[in-house]
Amino acid sequence: MLQGQQSWLFSNRPVLLATAVAGGPFEARSAIAADFDILHDDLWLGQNSFEKAEKKLLEEACLASIQKAGIQKEEIQFFFSGDLMNQIISSSFTARTLGIPYFGLFGACSCSMEGLALAAFVVNAKGAKYALTACSSHNGSVNKQYRYPTEYGAQLPPTAQWTVTGAGAAVVAAEGTGPRITGATIGRVLDLGVTDPFSMGAAMAPAAVDTILAHFRDFNVDASHYDLIATGDLGEIGHAIATDLLRRQGIEMPGNIFTDCGVIIYQDNQPVMAGGSGCACSAVVTYGHFYNRMLKGELKRILVVATGALLSPLSYQQKESIPCVAHAVALEWEGV
Amino acid sequence: MWPFFLCIFVCFMKNTMLGIAFQLEGVKMPKQQNYLPTQAEYQQLVKQYEPKRPLLKNCLRAFFAGGIICTIGQFFQWFYMTFFDFTEVTASNPTVASMIILSMLLTGLGVYDHIAQWAGAGTIVPVTGFANTITSAAIEHRSEGYVLGVGGNMFKIAGPVITFGVFAAFVVAIVRILVEKLRVI
Repeated sequence: MLQGQQSWLFSNRPVLLATAVAGGPFEARSAIAADFDILHDDLWLGQNSFEKAEKKLLEEACLASIQKAGIQKEEIQFFFSGDLMNQIISSSFTARTLGIPYFGLFGACSCSMEGLALAAFVVNAKGAKYALTACSSHNGSVNKQYRYPTEYGAQLPPTAQWTVTGAGAAVVAAEGTGPRITGATIGRVLDLGVTDPFSMGAAMAPAAVDTILAHFRDFNVDASHYDLIATGDLGEIGHAIATDLLRRQGIEMPGNIFTDCGVIIYQDNQPVMAGGSGCACSAVVTYGHFYNRMLKGELKRILVVATGALLSPLSYQQKESIPCVAHAVALEWEGV
Repeated sequence: MWPFFLCIFVCFMKNTMLGIAFQLEGVKMPKQQNYLPTQAEYQQLVKQYEPKRPLLKNCLRAFFAGGIICTIGQFFQWFYMTFFDFTEVTASNPTVASMIILSMLLTGLGVYDHIAQWAGAGTIVPVTGFANTITSAAIEHRSEGYVLGVGGNMFKIAGPVITFGVFAAFVVAIVRILVEKLRVI
């Protein structure tokens, strides 16, 4: 169970039984569009607010993953979910719809792996047969809360990132066929004094590096143990910084193994500046793109390190720097 | 320079205090405690990786975009003076109103923010930018109703401009009155 200082080894190897991802119109043109289960051509999803649209995305992803798992929602014991909205309304309102006993999480964009780690822990400890974990973000609702109105004409700097409109959900089961969740490393909150909310990648890179090093130390493995190590939403700049920080620790991350969900999600011709971000970024790439690649047998062992910037619009206006956290979950595909 | 030293000092004090706290409780400091760069070192590292804002390109684009907007304004002024009964001074009111309506339309159609990403200050500085701040906030908060949503948030971004604009005008007016009363001029 407890492995090293801050990690869990899941000896019963819970299964990632089924996943589902939903996305908006911008994601329908992304590099991983084919990996989405549900795509919408309307940013509003027919709702009258961005917040309601985000909740609908999350509900759809949850229901689709339950359906793909081939179970009834009543069979699921616990629901772990998080998002970026104030008072995590998207998650709580989705929990209201689903009626599954619920843990609301906030780890900003690290929610995806925070939820997966906790769901796997509970299932591994026989605290549940099935657990559902999900998270969501919406470009409109996040911009509205953290930045400017959507239609406001402010010029974004090259370090800015594009919040992914989407939701990802996964059913974790004690038994079944699918990638196994072998371990998780829970990160500590780090703050290296970055204050610019348009430079999230730089703010979060040290937290990602810290968690990766802790994972390697606790499990006594190195990068070659994995076919792929993906950070959540560092973007191009954060990814380059993280690579540099790891190099300073004497760890050379091979370019074909070390990647970032925010870098691979969008196509080069999409105007996303440094890359994608938001809770949904790591969720849709992991539960969609990586999950499918694992099922195809292209990836055997992966480590996903979801990164979260724990700032609020108030803390930023009060000139506080940006504390960040990262949680890692290791997945392993043994084949059918 | 002093914030830099203060930063180093605070980091130093924080680490020292943490160290003492851990030792008092008989807990070993976590092994990874000191491998990360200090905040000051990290800021230097980040600077190497963050691409600079393309200042010259942004200035040139702002110059041309702002120039084009002013030319459109000039056209409206000419239009109102030629086809209506306006003088060069009185034509400014309908001209500004036309530019505001144009900006509001482009904001509502979802075009203005894309133009602004290219044009930067060129679209923020003219009156069209001001119209955009109000319209975009009003559209954004429509979902919270007309009073608390639109009414309460419409001036969210434009508010400071109005506040400080009015205050600056007030100060200037006071100064002018004082100067006149004292018959300096």
